[in-house]
Amino acid sequence: MKRQAPFALVFIFGIFMVIQFFVPHETSENAYEFLLDWIIIIGIFALALGIWSLFKVSTEKIKNRKEASEYSYITLIGLFVMMAFGFTQRTGESWGLYFIWILLCCACIVALMTMRASVDQGKKRMWAIGALVTLVGAIVVAIFDDAWQFYFTDPQGFENTMFRAFFDYVMMPILATMFALLAFFIASAAYRAFRARNVMASLLLLAALLVMSRFNPYLPFAEYVAKASNWLMNVPNLAAQRAIVVGIGLGIVGTALKVILGIERGYMGKG
Amino acid sequence: MKLQLLLLSLLILMFCVPVGAQEDSAMVDSLAVDSLAALPVPAPVTDIGLSDLPNDHGHAVVVEWTPSTDDGSGLANVVGYQINYGLSKDGPLDSVGFVPSASGSYEHVGSKDENDRTYIPDHTDLYYRVDVKTVDGRLLVSAEVAGPVQSSGQWYNTGRTAVLIAVALFSFLTIFYVQQAKAGKELYIRPIGGIEAVDDAIGRATEMGRPILYVLGLGTAADVATIASFTILGRVAKRVAEYQTPIMVPTYDPIVMTVAQEVVKSSYMDAGRPDDYDEDSVHFVTQSQFAYVAAVNGMMLRERPATCVYMGKFFAESLLLAETGSVAGSIQISGTDEIAQIPFFIVACDYTLIGEELYAASAYLGREPKLLGSLKAQDWGKGLFVVLSIIGIILANFGVESFGALFEVAD
Repeated sequence: MKRQAPFALVFIFGIFMVIQFFVPHETSENAYEFLLDWIIIIGIFALALGIWSLFKVSTEKIKNRKEASEYSYITLIGLFVMMAFGFTQRTGESWGLYFIWILLCCACIVALMTMRASVDQGKKRMWAIGALVTLVGAIVVAIFDDAWQFYFTDPQGFENTMFRAFFDYVMMPILATMFALLAFFIASAAYRAFRARNVMASLLLLAALLVMSRFNPYLPFAEYVAKASNWLMNVPNLAAQRAIVVGIGLGIVGTALKVILGIERGYMGKG
Repeated sequence: MKLQLLLLSLLILMFCVPVGAQEDSAMVDSLAVDSLAALPVPAPVTDIGLSDLPNDHGHAVVVEWTPSTDDGSGLANVVGYQINYGLSKDGPLDSVGFVPSASGSYEHVGSKDENDRTYIPDHTDLYYRVDVKTVDGRLLVSAEVAGPVQSSGQWYNTGRTAVLIAVALFSFLTIFYVQQAKAGKELYIRPIGGIEAVDDAIGRATEMGRPILYVLGLGTAADVATIASFTILGRVAKRVAEYQTPIMVPTYDPIVMTVAQEVVKSSYMDAGRPDDYDEDSVHFVTQSQFAYVAAVNGMMLRERPATCVYMGKFFAESLLLAETGSVAGSIQISGTDEIAQIPFFIVACDYTLIGEELYAASAYLGREPKLLGSLKAQDWGKGLFVVLSIIGIILANFGVESFGALFEVAD
């Protein structure tokens, strides 16, 4: 029963989704939307598991004194501090004891991580007491400080100055930097790909040069180069792409069918 | 002196041009008013037809009419048609849309939400009136109110019959070949270099005493590419468990993480080594694309995995990951169904599964007859597609377009 129930569910809902594609009626549409809502619900529960996994892996790194394990502190402090910013907002002009509360939260996280990473029982107990004290301190500050408050049901926290500052001036530039690295990686990958080692690689190099010079109006015979590169892009390249797309489409239908019929069970660890 | 004269004339011009422009516009306005006053009244629309919009969830009506005789000919002063709708023939009728001249139909699609302003009730009498609009917005020539009509949802989308036939045919082929494979018929599958390299890559990692990095991509558990990747992960994890080589599976999506944990755990159990399974080997990183890349790249450079496997859905991070893996000196095997990322993987990885090969990989690795049968069905599907394409091309060249129209699919 434990093994068969998931497959029965996959079969029922898989068939429903296939039928739903052909039924435009409102009832079918509502049922589809209801099922999609479940993905969000499952996602929220899974996110808690994800955060727990990240916490465990980070503390394990500290425990085993792995290379660059100090980054684990930054990871988890960043995670929980951003969560704290996202759920709080000041109510008046001043921040009151808000930053003391944030510091207490950080101290609590560090104490919890170090407690989990400690092998010695005495140290474990000491860090546990430290975590408890900072937690109580954070709760006391949260109760008695009226300068700010928690917002769990409305998105007031997203307007929190600290939240916005960290997101706009720390997170976004870092992400943009990572994305910008792509330009350099493309250059290094292109260098490797376009080396004329044999006839095929030479053809690839020639095609690449033609396509790259497509938008250069200063080249001699620029018009013919543009025509040649357009032909390369619109005829052989597009033909190959379409062939791949057809294969992918059939592959997706085939795999979906195998999953619905219970032939493919690898996703449940039943290969 | 010349310069002063030039500046002076420029200054005079600056003052004169706006004055001239104002005079011009005033003249145009007075002309417009004069011409509007004398604007003749165009003929109203005729033959208003109302029908329910087919193949939809309801709450929509199609309004059709014969355009005014003064639309494009005659007085030629029609700029468009205003469509009005109401629940009673006697009104009030609200304006719901406007279409330009020369149009003869309008789809009035409303919301299904009763609280929405654009809500259209199903199974209720609805009335429509089409007004002819001229250059002067105030001049509306109304036809008689048409109706009633009722909107309703359909239980079958006739515009998707071609898909239904294709799905039925493909399902039949799959089940047929699966049954044949079960009966013991030998099915030839062409060798796929990338999949055959998996075993060698795991062996290399074992010899080097380094871990294997398996990246499931940025897809969700609902993506078919990710589902195919789970199956490959299962096979890889089984070999890894047999060779007692560590595996690292950093994930982007928490649902994918929980499924991947289950897959790897089952593989260790199948290999007879449940105690060697480390739950933290499959872990969640982040749901931010480039933060995920940073974390995985960091793992690559610190742990120096002997083999990196990228299977699933990849986007802009594909080259960032593969190039870092190349720098770390890993053997790299990749597979994705994202057309735009395939060239990046081909350039940076040692082996790449192109498109459908990703879906074939699980069957190829397992060599299970049931799975191989479905590959055969895919091949026949492709054959059929090629034949239909050639027929379509030939017929289209002879001006027969009805064949192509058979395969049109409604949204």
